[in-house]
Amino acid sequence: MEKKTVLYDKHVAAGGKIVPFGGFLLPVQYETGVIAEHMAVRTKVGMFDVSHMGEVMCEGKDAVKYLNHLLANSYDGMEDGQARYSPMCNEHGGIVDDMIAYRINEEKFMFVPNAANKDKDFKWMQEHVIGDVKLTDISDTVGQIAIQGPNSKAVVLKLTGEENLPKKYYTATINVPFAGKEVILSRTGYTGEFGYEVYCHVEDTPAIWDALLEAGKEYGLIPCGLGARDTLRLEAGMPLYGHEMTDDISPLEADLDIFVKMDKAEFVGKEAIEKMPLTRKRVGLKVTGRGIIREHMDLYVGDKKVGISTSGTQLPFLEGAYAMALVDLDYKAIGTKIEADVRGRRVEAEVCELPFYKRPKKA
Amino acid sequence: MNTPAELKYTKTHEWVKMEGDIAVIGLTDFAQDALGDLVFVNLPEEGDAVTAGEVFADVESVKAVSDVNCPVSGEVAEINEELLDEPAKINEAPYDAWFIKVKNVGDTEDLMTADEYEAFCKTEN
Repeated sequence: MEKKTVLYDKHVAAGGKIVPFGGFLLPVQYETGVIAEHMAVRTKVGMFDVSHMGEVMCEGKDAVKYLNHLLANSYDGMEDGQARYSPMCNEHGGIVDDMIAYRINEEKFMFVPNAANKDKDFKWMQEHVIGDVKLTDISDTVGQIAIQGPNSKAVVLKLTGEENLPKKYYTATINVPFAGKEVILSRTGYTGEFGYEVYCHVEDTPAIWDALLEAGKEYGLIPCGLGARDTLRLEAGMPLYGHEMTDDISPLEADLDIFVKMDKAEFVGKEAIEKMPLTRKRVGLKVTGRGIIREHMDLYVGDKKVGISTSGTQLPFLEGAYAMALVDLDYKAIGTKIEADVRGRRVEAEVCELPFYKRPKKA
Repeated sequence: MNTPAELKYTKTHEWVKMEGDIAVIGLTDFAQDALGDLVFVNLPEEGDAVTAGEVFADVESVKAVSDVNCPVSGEVAEINEELLDEPAKINEAPYDAWFIKVKNVGDTEDLMTADEYEAFCKTEN
């Protein structure tokens, strides 16, 4: 049975259309609709209940050594409060999950895995423990809210002081006051937009949600559902587990090379990744014909099957249909013309640069 | 939910309006609300044969593809080309945003009145 996040009643009261996702009942959209919610994040500010995400604490004097073994990225040379993204690989070089790990201090890290994978991940993490570390699944005690969009700093500043803001992307301030509660305030997100993610004590989540709604009114803040979360991440070219990443897709195939430190002495999956011949790569596709390429559609050049789509839809800000796909290396060059089999009909597309959308730099 | 009394309805949430010998077909308010923002419509071509109870078009929201069934059998007399460029019109005004007009109407699905359709939608919720 699906769990409800602590904000469930608020989503229902706000007209959220509730769907099961990753073992939780969450709003796919509110009455505003996916397009309006997507545009709010690109042009103003939107807020998401992401309390379903998992949180696992890792404590012990070998924490850094353990993370470097468990994850493909390097966790050396980090400052307290710094966050790093990494795929977690299996022995065959596929991906068990992808996650962010925050350094709370040298002997304490917090993993944030995907909700649907959390139990599988926790078991995997325990099976791969090396040295002196203790793992605790604290998911049920942590609430999480994402505030995303160009106005998010203005909204957040109404609820905490400037001195409490994390200064750089992928850093967090630990146990700072926020709307009268104590939170971890992180400069991260899954939208390609400037924004924050707030980790709080689960019982404080409703009060923080309400405080954000109120503080955000003058800045155009609206609550956004899973639908917009997916279109935003896709527009920003961000991979999603179960789509661009699976047990059978290597992080190099998924084009996550910069998060895979092959110069590390070892990590789970390294040997397999080294030996595996690279035959396909994740690319972006812009639909040039009429239609929408969604996930799991076969891709062709002439009669030759050259790959498969992994995610795709109409993107609201770019106002066009785009998809991500895994294609044979010979067909990954920008501009390559490809056709997708969309329910028996060929739809034309072209390989294009990722990300599809890049946040404009502030003047 | 808006359910004009002069129209007839199917269990798969299409509406039919008879204009003389021609059947005008579209998607109901209930359907557009359930589907969410529509971003793509695929229509048949003029002259195509359509069959009562079978798929004649599909609509795509940001999240999903849905089939649209034809309530009547016949031949496509006209398609609403405006929808191809502006599928959002189905969300904005579902009873103005007709999909196709059908001539030589033969078989017809079991159709409901507005009252019957409203009662049916309650059971769908």
